[in-house]
Amino acid sequence: MAAHLSYGRVNLNILREAARKELREFLDKCAGSKAIVWDEYLTGPFGLIAQYSLLKEHEVEKMFTLKGGRVPPADVKNIIFFVRPRLELMDIIAENVISEEKLPAPREAHILFVPRRSLLCEQRLKEQGVLNSFTNIDEYILDLIPYDGDLLSMESESAFRECYLENDQTSLFHTAKGLMTLQALYGTIPQIFGKGECARHVANMMLRMKREFAGSQNQILPVFDTLLLLDRNVDLLTPLATQLTYEGLIDEIYGITNGYVKLPPEKFAQKKPGEGGKDLPTEPKKLQLNSAEELYAEIRDKNFNAVGAALSKKAKIISAAFEERHNAKTVGEIKNFVSQLPHMQAARSSLANHTSVAELIKDITSAFEPFSLPLFHTSSYKNFKPISGDNLSSESFFDNLTVEQEFMTGVDTDKINTYIEDCIAQKDPLIKILRLVCMQSVCNNGLKQKVLDYYKREILQTYGYEHILTLNNLEKVGLLKPQTTTRNNYPTIRKTLKLWMEDANEQNPNDISYVYSGYAPLSVRLTQVLARPGWRSIEEVLKMLPGPHFEERQQLPSGLHKKRQQGENRTTLVFFLGGVTYAEIAALRFLSQMEDGGTEYIIATTKLINGTSWVKSLMDRPEAQIL
Amino acid sequence: MAFVTANWNPLGDAFYRKVELYEMGWSLKDGLRECLVAAAPYGGPIALLKEPQRRSPSARPQLEIYSSSGVTMASFVWKSGVVKQLGWTVCDDLLCIQEDGTILIYDLFGNFKRHFSMGNEVGQSQVLEAKVFHSPYGTGVAIVTGASRFTLATNIDDLKLRRLPEVPGLQGAPPCWAVLTQDRQSKVLVANGADIFILDNAVCTPVNPPGLSPQATSIVHMCVSFSYKYLALFTDSGHVWMGSTDLKEKLSEVDTKVRNTPKQMAWCRRPKSREPSVVIMWDRHLLVVGVCKDTIPYHLDDDSVLVPELDGVRIVNGTHHELLQEVPAACEEIFKIASMAPGALLLEALKEYEKESQKADEYLREIKEQNLLGEAVRQCVEAAGHEQEAETQKTLLRAASFGKCFLSNFSPEPQVCMCRDLRVLNAVRDYTVGIPLTHMQFRQMTVRVLIDRLVYRKLYPLAIEICRYLKTPEYQGVSRVLKHWACCKVQQKEEADENIARAISLKLGEAAGISYSEIATKAYECGRTELAIKLLEFEPRSGEQVPLLLKIKRSQLALSKAIESGDTDLVYTVVTYLKNEMNRGDFFMTLRNQPVALSLYRQFCKHQEQDTLKDLFNQDDDHQELGNFYVKASYQEKKLEARIGLLQSAVDEYNKAKNEFAAKLTEEEMRLLRFQRRLEEEKGECLLGFSLHDTISTLLSLGLHKHAEQLYKEFRVPDKRYWWLKLTALAEKEDWEELEKFAKSKKSPIGYLPFVEVCVKRQNKYEAKKYVSKVTLDQKVKAHLSVGDLEGAADAAIERRNEGEIGAVLSRCSPATDRALVERLNRAKATAAKK
Repeated sequence: MAAHLSYGRVNLNILREAARKELREFLDKCAGSKAIVWDEYLTGPFGLIAQYSLLKEHEVEKMFTLKGGRVPPADVKNIIFFVRPRLELMDIIAENVISEEKLPAPREAHILFVPRRSLLCEQRLKEQGVLNSFTNIDEYILDLIPYDGDLLSMESESAFRECYLENDQTSLFHTAKGLMTLQALYGTIPQIFGKGECARHVANMMLRMKREFAGSQNQILPVFDTLLLLDRNVDLLTPLATQLTYEGLIDEIYGITNGYVKLPPEKFAQKKPGEGGKDLPTEPKKLQLNSAEELYAEIRDKNFNAVGAALSKKAKIISAAFEERHNAKTVGEIKNFVSQLPHMQAARSSLANHTSVAELIKDITSAFEPFSLPLFHTSSYKNFKPISGDNLSSESFFDNLTVEQEFMTGVDTDKINTYIEDCIAQKDPLIKILRLVCMQSVCNNGLKQKVLDYYKREILQTYGYEHILTLNNLEKVGLLKPQTTTRNNYPTIRKTLKLWMEDANEQNPNDISYVYSGYAPLSVRLTQVLARPGWRSIEEVLKMLPGPHFEERQQLPSGLHKKRQQGENRTTLVFFLGGVTYAEIAALRFLSQMEDGGTEYIIATTKLINGTSWVKSLMDRPEAQIL
Repeated sequence: MAFVTANWNPLGDAFYRKVELYEMGWSLKDGLRECLVAAAPYGGPIALLKEPQRRSPSARPQLEIYSSSGVTMASFVWKSGVVKQLGWTVCDDLLCIQEDGTILIYDLFGNFKRHFSMGNEVGQSQVLEAKVFHSPYGTGVAIVTGASRFTLATNIDDLKLRRLPEVPGLQGAPPCWAVLTQDRQSKVLVANGADIFILDNAVCTPVNPPGLSPQATSIVHMCVSFSYKYLALFTDSGHVWMGSTDLKEKLSEVDTKVRNTPKQMAWCRRPKSREPSVVIMWDRHLLVVGVCKDTIPYHLDDDSVLVPELDGVRIVNGTHHELLQEVPAACEEIFKIASMAPGALLLEALKEYEKESQKADEYLREIKEQNLLGEAVRQCVEAAGHEQEAETQKTLLRAASFGKCFLSNFSPEPQVCMCRDLRVLNAVRDYTVGIPLTHMQFRQMTVRVLIDRLVYRKLYPLAIEICRYLKTPEYQGVSRVLKHWACCKVQQKEEADENIARAISLKLGEAAGISYSEIATKAYECGRTELAIKLLEFEPRSGEQVPLLLKIKRSQLALSKAIESGDTDLVYTVVTYLKNEMNRGDFFMTLRNQPVALSLYRQFCKHQEQDTLKDLFNQDDDHQELGNFYVKASYQEKKLEARIGLLQSAVDEYNKAKNEFAAKLTEEEMRLLRFQRRLEEEKGECLLGFSLHDTISTLLSLGLHKHAEQLYKEFRVPDKRYWWLKLTALAEKEDWEELEKFAKSKKSPIGYLPFVEVCVKRQNKYEAKKYVSKVTLDQKVKAHLSVGDLEGAADAAIERRNEGEIGAVLSRCSPATDRALVERLNRAKATAAKK
């Protein structure tokens, strides 16, 4: 079921199995038939750990969503609440339990807190007078969830907001705990590097926890050589930019949640003869996206401009494979062909799906393709707009991209940008505007007070004054800021870290900058430099970026020091505190695959994000009561 | 060595031996006469209460606790009530069951720990008899009262009293009874005359032992084996019935020819026993009755007590401590007279070898010829484990190593383990320690439990030695011992806090996984708060320190420790605690000094207590946040006036925060709201809550141009935005006339391409074309293309000699396009490219 987790450099299936084991143990604690009442947010992440079949094997007969009132009738012995430790959820649970107890035959109630039980919540249940109604109150420590063979996420939806806006470091505590669990399964990580306040905090907690558990440490040969902790606010720029890898674009446009994407169904309609186009499906098409799908693994990290070629190459291979049947003469050959059929058919349907997805994306981005290569060589590109008058979205996609790239290359970042102005005037989606304005601010190390106030006023007048709170939030986390010094150090950072590559090769990349068609994500550059030649070479730049940078070593028990074979790669776990984008993941995978790279990367994060979901998480929208 | 078999007696196909463990170190005047005795299994301690019935205050009984070798561990005068029974828990605590149903618990050194009662109803009827038993669930107690009722508790650490059903016809104490554990339940087996009943939670079931001899008129004694699997009954006719406890199977029945009621009876067997037996004791007479119906009589010199063990029975009397057991198979094979077993031959070979005689080779060859050398080594190793004498052990192990020299690929593991185990066993069997464990018992109880037992006895150095010797992981071994040591140390009242803290930190400093908070808790329980605080400082787990710090009212310290731990839930816990403990002012001040706690508390308030949040901001003079707070609050208001009032407060706060921009914009918001209300009153159009943009846009679509104009001016909307806005609104309304008027009103600040585009978007190419000519040169190609005028686009592109634009026009050409046009474009493209 989750074989793709075990193919990578590090077998992440061990982690999943450990999580499944713990779940089974809890379920068995509540003897007899049971119904699970879900905190809706948890169902997605849980789906990655255990399917319904596992629950069913342990006598889970019904599942409900947590809501007020009473738990729907079901003939079961136990009701188990699977919830995050949140006070508002406790009130709902209390309501459920109180109405349950009025029944002639109340069912036994249990709570499973994910990822950790909380005294505060138990206190609340006690105040509501229901704490003693629970037979079992337990915690299910699910910090890091394996999303793919090289990807772990905590899916903590508002980690960035909590850490950087609200100074609530709960998710960092969970991060540290999650890393301890990881070390319990994969051995102590001998080297820890980090950059940023949160990274420092997590490293401190880890070191403390290690001291606390001293002596109980396992005797496992370390799988990871290095841990790199990176604060998201060290690199605020990257998530703001539009991702240009296949997976990144799917996420930007349709949003990937828990490894699934929902797509408009039209392009996936089965064209059956004689059926006309009448009954177009209305349910969105749901696709699972992970490396278990061979084709997807191959193309997801490519720049979108290279996807078309890859798909058509694949199409040729597949049809050639199907043609093989004509060459199959002997019974043995036919048998051999037939045995490969299921695999081939799966490949064919996978190809069909991704061709449709690529078409969907192309409709939106098409303008970006033909010009992308010469674009950056010609000096006139700024004046050039793609001409496809009937497709406004693609045009706006291109314009948007052009402005982003101007900002990233440092063109006119200190002036009010006409494109942004026009977009506001046309009331384009607010998040798009915010992404652009923030990007300009980040690339200019803050905006002149006049420029900033102008943008803010435009935004408030157009989208509503309530957004004053959102703008305030963006300022607090540093995405928007007034220029305090005249010195803009972004160009220095850009040059030293080679954040802009003029000759990004999208088809056959030779540098990570291909993931943004020119822009090399800062976070990944830091990772790359750390591996070779080391951070000492960029001390100056590191000082310009917020937060401390540090290195810690964890003592290994004697006998566990790895003897590296000649040419054996190092394994580094890169942990993004506050979120990571698919394009950054793609860039790290690219580094892992580089022949002379010498390092393979496993990626972990508090949340998989894109610019939109990220900015959204920072918004405050008070709901007006008057109409 | 030569006399190994001297104390062997045959029983059926096997032998029994009685081995002396210790000559007792105690000096008892009257031996065990008139003593209540409790000896714990697994070589545990022995408790004696002399003349328990004595009640006069002048001559109270004496309670004494000894090790199995008779070394005194505690001795004190018993001042409480009349004790009916003594017993040991699995944790080496002494249970003293009193007549009134109260049970007092003492530790090994006679320190009182706690007490509990077996129920109120016991008080009047009094306890007649009691039994302490062990099960996987812990230590249990069963009593029978004067009212002939049984009460049972399966685990005294999790006390749940169960009153068992009545036994029909039973008056006073039953002649005999026993507790057994079956199907995860503790039950009582009780005899009344010739009837036997099983009592469980719900019912009293009469049972019949199959094949019980009919001569018996009553059952006078019974015993259950160590494993609860076997039962032995002694009848008034002198018969012993042996069978399974489920009473489905009879093993044997033997006539002992003795009709006196035995003093004590115990099963003597081992796992995989060949000849199990029941040991029956009368005053001076001990009889081993085998299932095989063979018997071995022994004479007893003195009052004795039988202590059943997993693999034998210990016999304790006033002067000696002996172990009676079936001779293990390996020992029998090796030592039996004239044995030709491989082990025996190997031992002979060794003896000859040590005498430097060539016979050694003959013996060896004999074993090797039968291919039994491996077996011989195994026998020697196993037999060594069963021997008590170090010399015998050594000889056997030497024989094993000797044999192993002639074997290749033979795992040394068992022998190494055995050597290690024996070393530990010999150490704890030593007279000074006095834990006479057999190897089998040791394996069963595990090292962990043995370490516990040593710790209970405060034999810390030995415990640590053993942990180190066995390479027990530190946190399970040495650290655990040290923790116990420290917990004991903090109770030494005469020593100063500093000294104790220093001594503890010195000893524990390097040990891994020590829980200082547990030690500190212990210190606090002993009333040494200062010491507790000192010890807590050593605790590396900040989280662990918090509960105790709260308990000893060091809440400020608790707060900083909670923050240090990073566990936000813990911080919340302390904050909630502080909130209830302190007055509001102090509470706020405390938070103010702890930013992490303050932010968390703010988070809490944001969701739970809005008003407190305001107070917090007020206290900190955080005007910016207060402004935000009022803005947020304004959106919760249903009434416009209240809403504007809150916004005014926000403006005031923003002003105080010197955030002029926010103040000005919020004033704007108020102005807009007022305008919207006026409009609602005048025109009946409800626009309340619309943004400025949406308001103007709606006004335009309603044709209220003047109002729109008014807002445009009043709110100083930039021209460009206003043009876009009006353009879009008019196009949406398809008010082409007004649009044209608008276009001509003055020069467009956004150019005329947008005019073309909005018209095209509304599918009105006719209107769109009107504006193409006005579009600036650099956008002309696009404008022409928008309205579908290829020729116009081509002209413009060629004129501009822009390669990209020409290409774009070309890309729009279809085969239906005029050839000449295409050629013209291609030519121009070539020229442009050359440039």
